Amino acid sequence: MTGSTHTYNTPASRRAPRRTTPERSGAGKARAKREGWAAFWFLLPDSLGLLIFVFIPMIMAIVLGFFRLDGFGNLSFIGGANYVRMVQDPQFLQSAAVTAIYLVILVPAVFIVSLLLALLVQQRIPFVGAIRSALFAPYVISLVVVGLMWQFLLSDKVGVINQFLAAFGIHGISWLGDPKYTLGTVVVISIWFQMGYYMIIFLSGLQDIPGELYESARIDGATAWQRFWNITWPMLRPTALFVLITVTIAVITGGFDLIYILTGGGPAGSTSLLIFYIYQQAFLYGEYGYAAAIGSVLVLVLLIWSAFMFRITKGGRVDDE
Amino acid sequence: MTSDSVATGRTMDRSAPVGDTGAGQDARWRRLRKGDKKWTKKTTILFIVGVIIALIAIFPLVYMVLSSFKPEAEVYGESFLPKHWTFQNFIYVFTEVPFARYMLNSFLVSAIVTVVALFFHSMAAYALARLKFKGRETVFLIIFSTLLVSLPVVLIPEFVVVKTLGMLDSYWGLIVPSIFSAFGIFLLRQFYMGLPDELEEAALIDGAGYWRIYWSVVLPLSRPILAALAVFFFLANWNSFIWPLTITSNPDLRVVQVGISTFHQQYASSESYIIAASTVAAIPTLLLFFFFQKQITESIKTSGFK
Repeated sequence: MTGSTHTYNTPASRRAPRRTTPERSGAGKARAKREGWAAFWFLLPDSLGLLIFVFIPMIMAIVLGFFRLDGFGNLSFIGGANYVRMVQDPQFLQSAAVTAIYLVILVPAVFIVSLLLALLVQQRIPFVGAIRSALFAPYVISLVVVGLMWQFLLSDKVGVINQFLAAFGIHGISWLGDPKYTLGTVVVISIWFQMGYYMIIFLSGLQDIPGELYESARIDGATAWQRFWNITWPMLRPTALFVLITVTIAVITGGFDLIYILTGGGPAGSTSLLIFYIYQQAFLYGEYGYAAAIGSVLVLVLLIWSAFMFRITKGGRVDDE
Repeated sequence: MTSDSVATGRTMDRSAPVGDTGAGQDARWRRLRKGDKKWTKKTTILFIVGVIIALIAIFPLVYMVLSSFKPEAEVYGESFLPKHWTFQNFIYVFTEVPFARYMLNSFLVSAIVTVVALFFHSMAAYALARLKFKGRETVFLIIFSTLLVSLPVVLIPEFVVVKTLGMLDSYWGLIVPSIFSAFGIFLLRQFYMGLPDELEEAALIDGAGYWRIYWSVVLPLSRPILAALAVFFFLANWNSFIWPLTITSNPDLRVVQVGISTFHQQYASSESYIIAASTVAAIPTLLLFFFFQKQITESIKTSGFK
């Protein structure tokens, strides 16, 4: 599941954490020292773990890219050769192109679908709770099950979806076997899977908009369309940016499980996302160094994207202009 | 509506406590909204649209569960409901492959990771939010920066680290690296910063140590957010696939996701067994969702803005 967060400073986080005023007496100094040590011990387990299992791998991701590392642990420095190889590797280039298309279609699609769903389930309609639950339910299933389930639904000829389409005279589409359709199929399944999660985030943003704004707009005679563009959209901007950042990160780093089960990157490389290509290079061909080099490209893309978002949101403070 | 009146709305209170999503709305507005809940022409249309979309969304799940009760001959049949209900697929799955073992592995790993992670994260978050020490902001920023990179991108170096530590193909390898994530620390820190100043005062005057304050004041207060995060962490670990797939090869260590994936490779043609196995793997998550829906959605909401 996606670890997500945001960089917006809410009033709560802008306040420095509260503490009693520091005392300058000897007793106060002793207490400050004691407090420092307490903090050290409290932070120790997580800091050590994060250092070993997150921070070091993050640095290694960059470093390993300059080495040749095979499955037997033989390590040799080869400079930029992995990166040269990348530009000359047609499979890598195809994979990069597939990832780019996937990203450019999926991110806006998830954004728009989940926003529309949030606008719908925000309304006070009967049984809205049950409708929300049904829309969110796919998200709690593992992507492995999601993959197996859709493979079953989309089976050629006999699958329920093709049976349904046959009733409308559409025959013989191989959703997972024809390179024309595979990436689209993966995109649709991904939207179906993720929409509930971002719907909840949008819903939370919508519920934070003070109702008085809508009430006075209604008295002023504003249409629903005007209310959306003049109240909802501007007020929802911090949420929208948060969703945009997290969806992008989730789309770049996710997708492996689904591809592994559904298509194995095929047919003809049509669904070979970079994250899947990295796994193949490392664990199928034993090219750990080359795989790490490709991974470092993804880390770089994520860094640039985050820096870019950080800049246009002025350090995350999107709501103070 | 002028832009001025929109701007005044920007002072909205975003520090509302967890679970209080209706904060800031006055009673009059709430009454007005409640009035909308009646069956008017507008709500009826929206209701129909909502129901259609919701049915499309859950159709695959319902269809999978129902199909797992169908005998092999019926699984691609035209009937939505099984004509002859059978448990044969489930019996096959549990007897042909050690599926119970996979479930137990998943349960153990997810439960241990969840408990240990929440314990460590709340300790770290307590220090970052309520203790004063040199370099606190720096420590927080470094921890925060690790949020950017999630597992698949650093899969290779992570694998190398775990291999170096001799944890490959062991429960240690499944459990230990999954514990550490800045996500939980970040959310808990936000929560602890929102607690009132006076919280520790009385305890400190009584001469209680920081551990006592954490253990008997802060932890009990965090029960709701810990519960929400626990459900979320358990689900995430139960559903995780790429990491256990990468570091285990011993069949006894297979977690349920890896188990159904290998089952799928071995029995690719017996669709009804695969569907039954998938249903078994999905049921715990669906049950968790059913009983703890509120906690799950609350933890998602807090992940963003509160």
